[in-house]
Amino acid sequence: MIEFQKVSFGYEKNRPVLRDLSFRIERGEAVGLIGANGAGKSTVMKLLLGLLWGEGRILVDGLEVRRDTLPEIRRKLGFVLQNSDDQMFMPTVYEDMIFAPLNYMLSREEAEARVDAVLERLGLQDLKHRYNHKISGGEKRMAAIATILAMEPEAILMDEPSSALDPYNRRVVIRTIRELSQTKLISSHDLDMILDTCQRVILLSDGHIAADGPAEQLLRDRALLEANRLELPLSLMGRSQRSY
Amino acid sequence: MNKMHSALRELAEMDELAVRVSPIHALHPAAKLIATVAYILVTLSFDKYDLSGLVPMLLWPILLFALSGIQVRSCFYKLRIVLPLVMAVGLFNPFLDRTIILRMGTLTVSGGVISMLTLMLKGVYCLMASFLLMATTPIDNLCAALRQLHVPKMLVTLLLLTYRYIGVMTGELAVMTDAYHLRAPGQKGIHISAWGSFLGQLLLRSMDRAQELYASMLLRGYHQHFHYADIKPFRGRDALYLLGCLLFFFLLRSVRLAQLLGGLLVR
Repeated sequence: MIEFQKVSFGYEKNRPVLRDLSFRIERGEAVGLIGANGAGKSTVMKLLLGLLWGEGRILVDGLEVRRDTLPEIRRKLGFVLQNSDDQMFMPTVYEDMIFAPLNYMLSREEAEARVDAVLERLGLQDLKHRYNHKISGGEKRMAAIATILAMEPEAILMDEPSSALDPYNRRVVIRTIRELSQTKLISSHDLDMILDTCQRVILLSDGHIAADGPAEQLLRDRALLEANRLELPLSLMGRSQRSY
Repeated sequence: MNKMHSALRELAEMDELAVRVSPIHALHPAAKLIATVAYILVTLSFDKYDLSGLVPMLLWPILLFALSGIQVRSCFYKLRIVLPLVMAVGLFNPFLDRTIILRMGTLTVSGGVISMLTLMLKGVYCLMASFLLMATTPIDNLCAALRQLHVPKMLVTLLLLTYRYIGVMTGELAVMTDAYHLRAPGQKGIHISAWGSFLGQLLLRSMDRAQELYASMLLRGYHQHFHYADIKPFRGRDALYLLGCLLFFFLLRSVRLAQLLGGLLVR
């Protein structure tokens, strides 16, 4: 579904953020993208969406990411931004949700049916006509996910989906992500969330892949995680093992 | 609450006003837009001493306020920052133009005073008309109407994004002023020595957020078309409203309503 072939990118000359990055994500896989700050997680997402351009080839569903293929590629990928305020730019949740389906030329009736189905699936019917500036952070995050699901994308990319959420809302978001059947690429520092939602993890470090493997196995490798400025997920760490 | 937070809330309230239900809200945005532009043009066309001709122009906004259910108070409250500037436009006229053009007993009124009042009224009317348009039409519908009227795509996109970015910029300003005041207790406003870096940071932060926001629009299929705007087809009642407005403005411009009424009373 998603393939990076020797992709390199740098925001400044001679300071590459990604170097010859290659990986492949199969359809239906849920992959966690982890790494320390500045490892290049968000850059990977932006390259995939054609918001940045680097060297090498990026393929989505066999289609190379190029300017002329962008509309088709962006239709296949739904991106949940880290800051939900940037995602929810219309006055109400409903208007935000219907934005993409109408842009993709669905009739208003079809788009409304899709919005209602997504809201019902996520149990968010109460949010439908609420104003974006009047809902809580947790509700806004769920609404942001709902806007992306209303696009019916083939793959969903999420940038720190659990950040700034209280434990209850974090749990709701995790449950929602687990229930999604699409291909998922989730970038996060919340390794417990990654463990709960992804079967596979790609660990980025210094612009390249430091490790790629099953989440259960990789996230238990304390030495590997600590060598890359991460640490064991709290759920795998006994209280006595925590070091502050 | 930080003034910027209130400003942000007020901006959001404009969106709330725009999605209310009323006969005016239900009209086609193009009809409202053309009527508003015509109203502004007719208002501005009055002579600088034609105060009596200008006064009846107030009838149209009053009618719209009544039909749309929007309170006049909320209009003046939201325009409270711009209104003094508009009022100040003709402030020097009484000193520059001292020709006496009206005598009422011992009271004399100079041309400068009349032209100042005319300028003020024109400014207030134009602001009220623009406010009413924005308060009864969601920005996306307005942009869609502009496109239907063949206004260049680039210009319309610029208008839409500017509207969106005002909110983004105000939001960033709110966060930054909070952060500043938390570390400068007791200080009023931003110290002049910090203005340069403050404005620079504000610009950079706003640009970053604006880019995120625009990316979010692009990633959800936005391509400078307004398919998502909820515009019903232009119907008979829209045409009727527009024709009615244009006729009304023509009457107000050509018939000296104030003099007519005054004449009736004197007789």
